[in-house]
Amino acid sequence: MKNRRIRSSLGDKIFKFLIAIFMIVFVLVTLYPVVNTLVLSFNDGTDAVRGGIYLWPRKFTLKNYSTVLALENLSIGAYITVARTILGTLISLGLNALLAFVVSRKRFMFKSQLSLFWVITMYVNGGLVPTFILYRNLNLTNSFWVYVIPGLISAWNMLVIRTYMQGIPDSLEESAQLDGAGYFTIFTRIISPLCKPVYATIALFAAVYHWNSWFDAMLYNRMKTEYTTLQYELMKLLSSVMQQGGSADTAKFGSGQVTPVVIRASATIVTMAPIICLYPFLQRYFVAGLTIGGVKE
Amino acid sequence: MEKTASKKKFKIDWKEVKRQRFLLIVSAFFVAYGIVFYYLPLTGWLMAFENFKPRLGLLGSPFIGLDKFKFLFSDVAFLRVIRNTFCMGVLNLATTTVMAILFAILLNEIGNKFLKKSIQTISYLPHFLSWIVVVGILHNSLSSSGIINDLLLRFGVVDQAINFLAHPEYFWFIVAFANVWKETGWNAIIYLASITSIDPSLYEAASIDGADRLQKIKYITLPGIKPTIIILLIMNVGNILNVGFEVQYLLGNGLVQSVSQTIDIYVLKWGISQNDFSLGTAAGIFKSVVSIMLIVLCNHLAKKAGEEKLF
Repeated sequence: MKNRRIRSSLGDKIFKFLIAIFMIVFVLVTLYPVVNTLVLSFNDGTDAVRGGIYLWPRKFTLKNYSTVLALENLSIGAYITVARTILGTLISLGLNALLAFVVSRKRFMFKSQLSLFWVITMYVNGGLVPTFILYRNLNLTNSFWVYVIPGLISAWNMLVIRTYMQGIPDSLEESAQLDGAGYFTIFTRIISPLCKPVYATIALFAAVYHWNSWFDAMLYNRMKTEYTTLQYELMKLLSSVMQQGGSADTAKFGSGQVTPVVIRASATIVTMAPIICLYPFLQRYFVAGLTIGGVKE
Repeated sequence: MEKTASKKKFKIDWKEVKRQRFLLIVSAFFVAYGIVFYYLPLTGWLMAFENFKPRLGLLGSPFIGLDKFKFLFSDVAFLRVIRNTFCMGVLNLATTTVMAILFAILLNEIGNKFLKKSIQTISYLPHFLSWIVVVGILHNSLSSSGIINDLLLRFGVVDQAINFLAHPEYFWFIVAFANVWKETGWNAIIYLASITSIDPSLYEAASIDGADRLQKIKYITLPGIKPTIIILLIMNVGNILNVGFEVQYLLGNGLVQSVSQTIDIYVLKWGISQNDFSLGTAAGIFKSVVSIMLIVLCNHLAKKAGEEKLF
C-alpha cells in the first residue's frame, strides 16, 4: 500500500512536470511572435535589418509610428474600419436580437418555419460568384454599405441569442401582457435588459469580424481607395514587402531610418492594439456565449 | 411566402393575428431580407449550366448543360485544387481538434486558479488577430533571418537557413500550424466547459480506487467529453472544404502554387478575376454539394454509432 502511494505520487510529479513544460512552451509560442513584433515596432529601422532583436528594442525610436500614422491610406482605412465596426455591430446586434426574440415567442404562429428559414442559410449559400453579381446588381459594390448591409443577420448568432431568451421564464412576458404591453415593449423593456450578457457576446463577435475583415474591401471596393479598410491597407503594405523581398520600397518611406521591417511591425501593432486591449475584459462574455451556442446547437 | 401557405392550411385566428401583428410585420422583413441576401444568390447556380453573359442576363444566356462541369473535371489544375483543399482540410481539422482537446485537458489539471486563468487569457489572444496579421507574423518567424531559422542554426539542426515558404513540401504543415496557433485556445473553450460539467464525484470515486491522474483522464475525462468531441467533429467535417481561403491566399506564392491553391481561390481566380462567371459558379456548386453530402454522411454515421447527432 505504502509503496503504491509513493509510486503514484512520483507518477503525478512527472505528470505535473510535463504539464508545466507543455504550458510554458504553449505560452512562449503564443506570445513571442506578438511581443517580438511590438519590440520591432519600437526599434530603429536600419538597426533592425541587422536582425538579432528579440525581447527588447536595441535602438529605441518612435519614428516608425509617426511614419505609419502619417500614411494617408492607413488613416482612411482606420476611419472606415471604425465606422463599419460601430455601425455594423450595432445594427446587426439589434436585428439578430429582434429575430431571436420573434422566433423565441412560444405563441408565435410561424416560429418554427422562420427558424428553419434561417437555419438553412447556415448550410446552403449561393457561393462567391452569384453573391458578387447580386451585390453588383444591387449597386452595393464600390460603396461603403457593402460592408454593413449584406452580413447583418447571422443564423448562428441568432441561435445563440434565441437559446438565451428561451431560458427566460414566460411568466415575465405574460404579466407584462396583462399590464397591456405589446410585443415591442416586451422586447425593449423586459427581454432585452435581461439579455445583456448574450448581447455583449454577440456584439464582440460582430465587432471582431468587422475589425478584421479585408476580403470584402479587396473584392468589392478595390477601385475605391476612399472605402479601403485598415486590414486591407495592412495587407497591401505586407504583400508589397513580401513580394519585393525587403529593401526595395524603402524609398517610399523617405529617410533611411525607417525600413519596411519596422513599418510592417508598427502597422501590425496599430491594427491589433484596440482588440488586444479590449478582449481580456470581455472574456467572461464570449466564454459564456460560446458555451451556450455549443451545448445547445 | 410561408405565411400565405400556412394560412391556407390552417384556420386563421384573426384575433391572434392582430395580437401578433408586430411579430408578423417583423418576420416579413426578415423573410424579405433572407430571400434577397441568402436565397436569391441560389438562383445564380443556373449560371453554371449556361454560357453566362452579364449583358444577356440569367434567363437570356445560352444553355450549355454540363459543359462547364466537364471542363472542370478534365482540368488538371482543378483536380489538384480539390486534392489541396481536401488534404489541408483534413490535416487542419485533425491537428486543431487534437491540440484543443489536449490543451483543455492539461489546463484543467492545473490547480492554481490564477495561473489557469492567465494561461487561458493568453491562449485566446491569437483568435482575435486577423489572418493578415497572423500571416505577417508567420512571414517574420519563418524568413531566413526569422526566429525559427535562428533557433535551428543555433542548435545545429541545419547548416543553412531554410526558406520554408518556398518549399511546397512544408506548405500544408505551415497552414496547419497557423490554424493551431490561432485557434487552439478558442476551440478549447467548449471542451473546457464540457469537462467542467463532468460529475466531480466520479473523480473522487476514482481517487479512492487508487487511480492516478493519467488514468482519471483516460477513464473519466475523455469518455465524459466524447459527445462534445463527436458533435464538433460532425459540424466541422461539413466545413472541411471551407477550411482555408484566407491563409492560403495570403501565404501562397508562385513557388508553392501547386499545393497552396484551394477551391475558393480557384473560384476567385476564374469567377472574378477572369470573369468566367459560369466556371466559377460550377466550382462553387461542386464545393457546396460535397459539403452537404459530408454533413449528411457524418450525421448518419454518428447516428449509427449510437452517438449524439446534429439533426
